[in-house]
Amino acid sequence: MKSKDTLTCFQCGTCTASCPSGRYTSLNVRRIVKDSIKKDVSDEPELWMCTTCYNCMERCPRGIRITDEILRLRSEAVRKGKILLAHRNVCRYLIETGHAIPLDDAHNAMREKIGLSLPETVHKYPKALREVKTLLKSTGFDELIKE
Amino acid sequence: MKELSLFLGCLIPNRYPGIEKATKLVLDRLDIKWSELKEASCCPAPGVFRSFDRITWLALASRNLALAEEKNTDLLTICNGCFSSLSDANNILKSDGNLRNEVNTHLKKIGKEYLGTIDVRHIIEFLYRDIGAKTLGKFIEKPLEVRCAVHYGCHLLKPTKDRKLGKSECPVFFDELVEATGAMSVPYEGKTSCCGAGGGVRSAMPETSLKMTEYKLERMNKAGVDCIVNACPFCHLQYDAGQVELAKTGKVYSLPLVHYSQLLGLALGYTPDEVGLHLNAIISPEFEEKIAQIQKRNNSD
Repeated sequence: MKSKDTLTCFQCGTCTASCPSGRYTSLNVRRIVKDSIKKDVSDEPELWMCTTCYNCMERCPRGIRITDEILRLRSEAVRKGKILLAHRNVCRYLIETGHAIPLDDAHNAMREKIGLSLPETVHKYPKALREVKTLLKSTGFDELIKE
Repeated sequence: MKELSLFLGCLIPNRYPGIEKATKLVLDRLDIKWSELKEASCCPAPGVFRSFDRITWLALASRNLALAEEKNTDLLTICNGCFSSLSDANNILKSDGNLRNEVNTHLKKIGKEYLGTIDVRHIIEFLYRDIGAKTLGKFIEKPLEVRCAVHYGCHLLKPTKDRKLGKSECPVFFDELVEATGAMSVPYEGKTSCCGAGGGVRSAMPETSLKMTEYKLERMNKAGVDCIVNACPFCHLQYDAGQVELAKTGKVYSLPLVHYSQLLGLALGYTPDEVGLHLNAIISPEFEEKIAQIQKRNNSD
C-alpha cells in the first residue's frame, strides 16, 4: 500500500548508496520505495535485510521518512503472516518471559560471579510478567504471531 | 533535573551483566541519584517488535514509561535500542492524543496509565548534557591512556530530528566523553557505519549481518586501536560474538569490547574484572595488562 510521503520520491538513489546492508545484499531501498507505490511488496525478502540504521532517511533530499516506511511495510507483511522463523521465536520469548532475550542459567551464574542477584525486571516479579502477558493479549500480539 | 530510574532492558542484565555492574558503580561514584526501575520488561526492541505491530510496541513501551512516571523519575537507558524505542514511543505518545488514548485502554486492563510526564535519557547523552565532558574529566585523577575505536551506534544519533544531538555524519560528543577519561579516540574509516545487528538482521540473517561487522572491524583494526568503545549492548554483542564467528572462518581479530560505563569505571580505578570485562567472549590479555600497568602506575604516583 502506498503512503503519501513516498509519492514525493524522485528516485535519486541516495538511499541505496547510503545503505550498509545494500553493500552486501539485494536490498535496494530506492526500488522498494518505488515498488511500494504501485504494488504489494509483502513477499519481498529484502524488507527484512534493513538494519534500520536510518542513513537513507537522514540523507533523503525529499525528507521522506524512509526507515519508518520500511517498518510500516514490514508490519503489513506481518499481518499477512509473512514472519521469518527467527523473528517468530523472538516474539515467543517476549510472550513467555517479557524479554526478547531472557536470562538463562549460564548468564545467571555470570551475574552471581560479579555479585549481582536476579535482575529487578519481570524476571523477578511474577505479577509484572502477568501484566506484560495481559497487555500482549489485549493488543492481539499473541494472535498476530500465531502460525 | 529529575532523579533517574535505571532501565536495564534485556541484553545488559541477561547477557552482559558486567555493563550493569559498571553502570551502577559509576553512577554511585559520580554521586548521581538513581534507583532501579523495578518490574520493567523488554523496551520492546525496535528491530522486530516495532516492525511487527506499532500498537503493541507502543503499549509495552508505555508500561515501562508508566513505571518511571509512578516514581516521578526520568528513565535512564544504557542501550541504544532501549533509548530508541522508549524515547520515540514517549515522543509519539506525548504528541498524539489519539494514540495515547488507544494505548491507555490497553494499560487500563493492568491498572496503569501513561501520562507523558517524564523524559527518557541515554547515559551518553545524560553525561554529556547534564554533567559535561569537562566536569567528568575532573573525576579522573590519572589518564587512561588507551587507543579507542569509538562506535556511536545508529540509534543514539538517528533520526537526528528526534534525537536532537546534532548531525549524524561527524558527531563529536561521545568522543569528548571518551577523551575525558584520558583515552584517545582514534579516527577510522566508516566510523558512523552500522555494526550490522539491528532491525532483526542479526537473528534472521546472521551471515549478512556479519559482513557489515567485518567491514567495521577491518577498519578499526587498521587504525591500530586497543579496544572498541560502544554505548549499546547490541553493538557490543555484535562485535564481541561477531569476532568469535569470524575467527571460525580464519579471520582473526582481537579487539576487546568496552561499553562506555566500563571505560569510565576503569578510569575511575575499578579493575577490568570489577567492570566485567572478563565476561566478554573476546578477552585480550594485552589490553588487560595495559590497563593493569596504567592503574598500577597511577596508584604509585
